[in-house]
Amino acid sequence: MADAAISAGIAPTVGGVVRHVAIVDRPIDVARLSSLVEDDGVGAISLFLGTVRNFHDGRDVAGIDYEAYQPMAERELRSIVREIGDATPGLRLAVEHRVGTLVVGDVSVAIAAGHARRAPALAATQLVIEALKQRVPIWKREHYLDGERRWVDPTA
Amino acid sequence: MSLPVLLFASYADAFGTRRVDVPVRLPCAVREVIAMLRGLPGGSVLPPDPLVAVNHEFVRGEVTIVAGDEVALIPPVAGG
Repeated sequence: MADAAISAGIAPTVGGVVRHVAIVDRPIDVARLSSLVEDDGVGAISLFLGTVRNFHDGRDVAGIDYEAYQPMAERELRSIVREIGDATPGLRLAVEHRVGTLVVGDVSVAIAAGHARRAPALAATQLVIEALKQRVPIWKREHYLDGERRWVDPTA
Repeated sequence: MSLPVLLFASYADAFGTRRVDVPVRLPCAVREVIAMLRGLPGGSVLPPDPLVAVNHEFVRGEVTIVAGDEVALIPPVAGG
């Protein structure tokens, strides 16, 4: 899709805190994402991966098209990461969401959180994914094995 | 005068386009643009209170749109 351009994978350091956000149209490099939140002062890295599964609502799923309103999606993601980062001193966050056509098993979203201690790192990944699902303008169209394709509406 | 409105996902499918020019006089309220969109082919797909973004920020219906604003209609989000 034309408007799903690659975003520069910059990892700005804000006051010593890593906050990386990107919408990408290629496979997410999970090891690289995790390495972005590494630090000598980090004692825990929590990594959340969202992956394409082969069923939904009793139907067999073959794949998913992800679409984003790219500039706004990155802005919302940045805002989520800022809010959560500001609330937890020392937290390092890196988030990437993939767009385009994915097949079963592909990673659609990856969130890495690094902190001196495990509790803030574990909590941060959950906070980010829940906020992402609420606020970030990204959509998915499932491909079913019977050939039908349908946009997922979590509010339906 | 017309206002370009960006459409995505299920809304783009319903309207058959990713950008629709809405005939409104600017400045105007977001809710006036939504009302015009409802009258266009595909407009019946819109929920009672659809999400709208102006310049990449979610806004409410009473917000005023001026010339040059980037307006987008946001279907229910489903990332992750």
